[in-house]
Amino acid sequence: MLATTLLKASETTASHGGQVPFPILTVLVLLPLAGAIVVAFTPSRRPENARMVGLLFSVATAALSIYVMVNFKAGQGMQFVTKHAWISRFGISWHLGIDGISLFMIVLSGILFPIAMLGSKPHHDPKPYTAWLLVLQAGVLGAFCSLDLFLFFVCFEIVLVPMYFLIGGWGYANRQYATMKFFIYTMAGSAMMLIGTIATAVISAKGAKVTFDLVEIATKGNIATVTGRWLFLSFALAFAVKVPLFPLHTWLPDAHTEAPTAGSVILAGVMLKLGTYGFIRFGLYLFPRAAVYFAPALVTLGVVGIIYGAIVATMQKDLKRLVAYSSVAHLGFIVLGTFALTTQGIEGGILQMVNHGVSTGALFLMVGMISERRHAREISQLKGLQKSAPIMAGVFTLVMLSSIGVPGLNGFVGEFLILIGSFTTRRWYTVVATVGVILAALYLLWAYQRVFHGEPDEANKKFKELTLHEGLVLAPLLGLIVFMGIYPKPVLDRIEPDVKQLIEHVQANSNYHQPSTSAGEAAAP
Amino acid sequence: MNLLATLTDIKIPAPEIQWAALTPMFILIGASFVLMILAVLTPMGRRRGAYAMYTCVASGAAAIVSLCLWFNVKAHGARTLVSGALTLDGFSVFFSFLICSAVFVSALLIDDYLRREDLEGCEIYVLMMCAAVGGLVLASANDLIVLFVGLEVLSIALYVMAAMHARRATSQEAAIKYFVLGGFSSAFLLYGIALTYGGTGSTNLVRISTFLQSNFSKHPQIIVAGLGLMLVGFGFKVAAAPFHAWAPDVYQGAPSPVSGFMASAAKAAAFAGLLRVYVMVFPTMANDWRPAVWGLAVLTVVVGSFLAIVQTDVKRMLAYSSISHAGFILIGLQANSADGTSGSMFYLLSYTFMVLGSFGCITLIGRTGDDAHSLDDYRGLAKQRPVLAFVFSVFLFAQAGVPLTSGFIAKFGVLSAAVKTHSYAIAIIAMLAAVVGAFLYLRIVVMMYVANTEGEARTVETAGRVAIPVTAGIGIGICFMFTLAVGFAPDWALNFARDAVPVLVASK
Repeated sequence: MLATTLLKASETTASHGGQVPFPILTVLVLLPLAGAIVVAFTPSRRPENARMVGLLFSVATAALSIYVMVNFKAGQGMQFVTKHAWISRFGISWHLGIDGISLFMIVLSGILFPIAMLGSKPHHDPKPYTAWLLVLQAGVLGAFCSLDLFLFFVCFEIVLVPMYFLIGGWGYANRQYATMKFFIYTMAGSAMMLIGTIATAVISAKGAKVTFDLVEIATKGNIATVTGRWLFLSFALAFAVKVPLFPLHTWLPDAHTEAPTAGSVILAGVMLKLGTYGFIRFGLYLFPRAAVYFAPALVTLGVVGIIYGAIVATMQKDLKRLVAYSSVAHLGFIVLGTFALTTQGIEGGILQMVNHGVSTGALFLMVGMISERRHAREISQLKGLQKSAPIMAGVFTLVMLSSIGVPGLNGFVGEFLILIGSFTTRRWYTVVATVGVILAALYLLWAYQRVFHGEPDEANKKFKELTLHEGLVLAPLLGLIVFMGIYPKPVLDRIEPDVKQLIEHVQANSNYHQPSTSAGEAAAP
Repeated sequence: MNLLATLTDIKIPAPEIQWAALTPMFILIGASFVLMILAVLTPMGRRRGAYAMYTCVASGAAAIVSLCLWFNVKAHGARTLVSGALTLDGFSVFFSFLICSAVFVSALLIDDYLRREDLEGCEIYVLMMCAAVGGLVLASANDLIVLFVGLEVLSIALYVMAAMHARRATSQEAAIKYFVLGGFSSAFLLYGIALTYGGTGSTNLVRISTFLQSNFSKHPQIIVAGLGLMLVGFGFKVAAAPFHAWAPDVYQGAPSPVSGFMASAAKAAAFAGLLRVYVMVFPTMANDWRPAVWGLAVLTVVVGSFLAIVQTDVKRMLAYSSISHAGFILIGLQANSADGTSGSMFYLLSYTFMVLGSFGCITLIGRTGDDAHSLDDYRGLAKQRPVLAFVFSVFLFAQAGVPLTSGFIAKFGVLSAAVKTHSYAIAIIAMLAAVVGAFLYLRIVVMMYVANTEGEARTVETAGRVAIPVTAGIGIGICFMFTLAVGFAPDWALNFARDAVPVLVASK
């Protein structure tokens, strides 16, 4: 059903989207790349110019992404589709398109970049720093838009390079180790995906002309069950490293902690979502049968990640490391929701991807601001900041509560949807995962207490209050936290039809059936 | 009288030469002879720039003629030349273009090297063009003996080129090693050719192929032994493990631009011979040689990648990486399909430019004396020479197989050929080795970008600023553009490689 709609969309609008008169997604992906090139050629004598130009490009990209969201029509399958032959020798095309599943990933990547750029200044060489950030933006946008296996792999892999340079060039003391570990770990994860990608295309072609077109391959659905499992595993490994799922997460704390603030914001806010998004688009959609088969294992790993991440986060002495481990727990929730294989579960998972991007992005920004002022991120060195910086403490409280998942803020909606979604199919997993919510309150509130409460010592007395500039940078994120907490309907409305179609696609291609109790309306709480 | 009549009656069939088709070879060999004479007539040492320019013009012309021949082949089809000794087909033209381009870029790199090291000019260019002619003959040989002659012309010129830096003991040492082991490998190859001749009754590739298709050999083991020995010989030349031991020492000792030339043109030419002989002539014996090539490929990628990461000398590192690349190219060969062959060819094309660019950067960073090649000499290079560091990083990432570079498409090509023939195991092993290998390239990049410069005795700063002369800059720039352009839009190069798969042409 979904597949036929998608195919139709890709056939009828072969050159550009139906709603807008120009190939907007191509522009969206290439604009930051063009920005990076322009930035690279700005004169080195005036580095602030480079920053301005870079910001201009990323704001323009953000505006475009919002324009896409405004013009998006809920429930019409793939939209703004662009398809051009790229490497015809291998049947690879420049095939972009978005649906409700990827729409908010695009918006998130659009708005988080300018915020990250504004929210933290590099200590040196702003020109290459800005250029790498723009390359990174192009990469993630490309990955979220692409409907071609090869193109997705290229974008999925290419984002490592700018991130490698960002961590390596502008990171903290132990960056050399962290950046190497990050690169090798993720590259090892995606090594099998490359072979999986090729094998998927070759096997599904059945001797005819090979194509890497995602929609075409998924529609054919002609991959044998056991083969499909192996192929699914090859993809799942790459995504599991990226997410990261429990035993493969060890690169994340190092990378997050050593990365410069903007790097952490983007890494947590956008790049980890490549993994969870990949699970939905290239796991569930491409290999429905295998995904159903492996769902219990993945859900287990997700739940282990929730509990493990939370417990380890509690023990952290470094504020940034704490937030990093909290990501492991949050992403565990998303995986749980995705492989609960219910409409609410997946919907909640997608919503939670956005929420996590916003909340954790804001958390990393604030941790960056704190460590800028104090040149320390050790919780033990920070004390009583509330006295010297009450506004900052207030903002931090809001962001923290959103991350915990307090009702009325965005985190709650996502987690709630995930939990009801998974309760119908995986009751006991859900019960265990709920403990994770409590643990989240524990580690964040405890950290807050140690950092902001009490009497400040000498060093912390002079702690500077939140500046207007910083406040303005955080404002859009705070607005989103509150807005999506109170009124998530516009977001859910756009996600839901495509999730339903995805579930239908899974049901049509496997022996899985969504329990009827949860097939009803996924009402916003 | 009677005798005279008889003599005049005997018609000695003059081979149909087709001079036009041999133009690239004639340009290069002619240019090298003329250069030798010109060099004697001009004042010593003061004409280095002119020699480089001359070589560039000659190799550029040869490359352009090759391209013209490409269209000629497309229009009129492949054919044999010189009474079946050479073939003019897409394959030979492809490699002719590749080798001529390598000469062009190498000449640009060598020019600066000679000035900096204060070495005499002309010989190295003469030898390089001779080597290129050898490569051209090797790539277009239609007869095992001709193939051997081509290989020897190539190799002998390279032995001398390796020793070109007269004041460096390591350069001499490298040349001796290369010479001894190279001679050894030639012997293997020749013995293999002899056995093949014994088994099939001919050295002509077309006749061998027809023989194998139409006859059931009584002694297949002779041919198998011949194939095995030839594989050993070629394995030496392309530096495939376990015949790779010479490569790190020679690459390290030889003058840096010469190492680049060896890794690009010489390797490509040797692979051209290997591909043509195995894929084109012995497909009927594929069951015998494919497992051997499989083992060779696996061993080569694994040995290359794993040994590379423990090195601390950048030239040695690239030598090992070059070994692992040979393994990837062998994967294309072991697929024994048109896809595999064109995959290998595309790999060679993109690798040529990657490795020339890399060695170009190494040449510059090696500074006067050509010995600043330890990893520490790269510390903090990005601060001092951001553009050079960036370009070198692109080459390294390309070799690691990062997307949007030609190196990625190359890996993709050979791997998809392997997957298409259901050789999943080798594809998986190769990818894992590639990840291990990526560590090596990242180590260099980390040194240039990340490593602290404080408190280190040998850093880029203390060693003085790296000079980037114009000629070397152009050479590296060409490689850089090619690497990225093919990475973004590889279609034309892929089609070039696809249409250049070797074909059997029966001589008239």
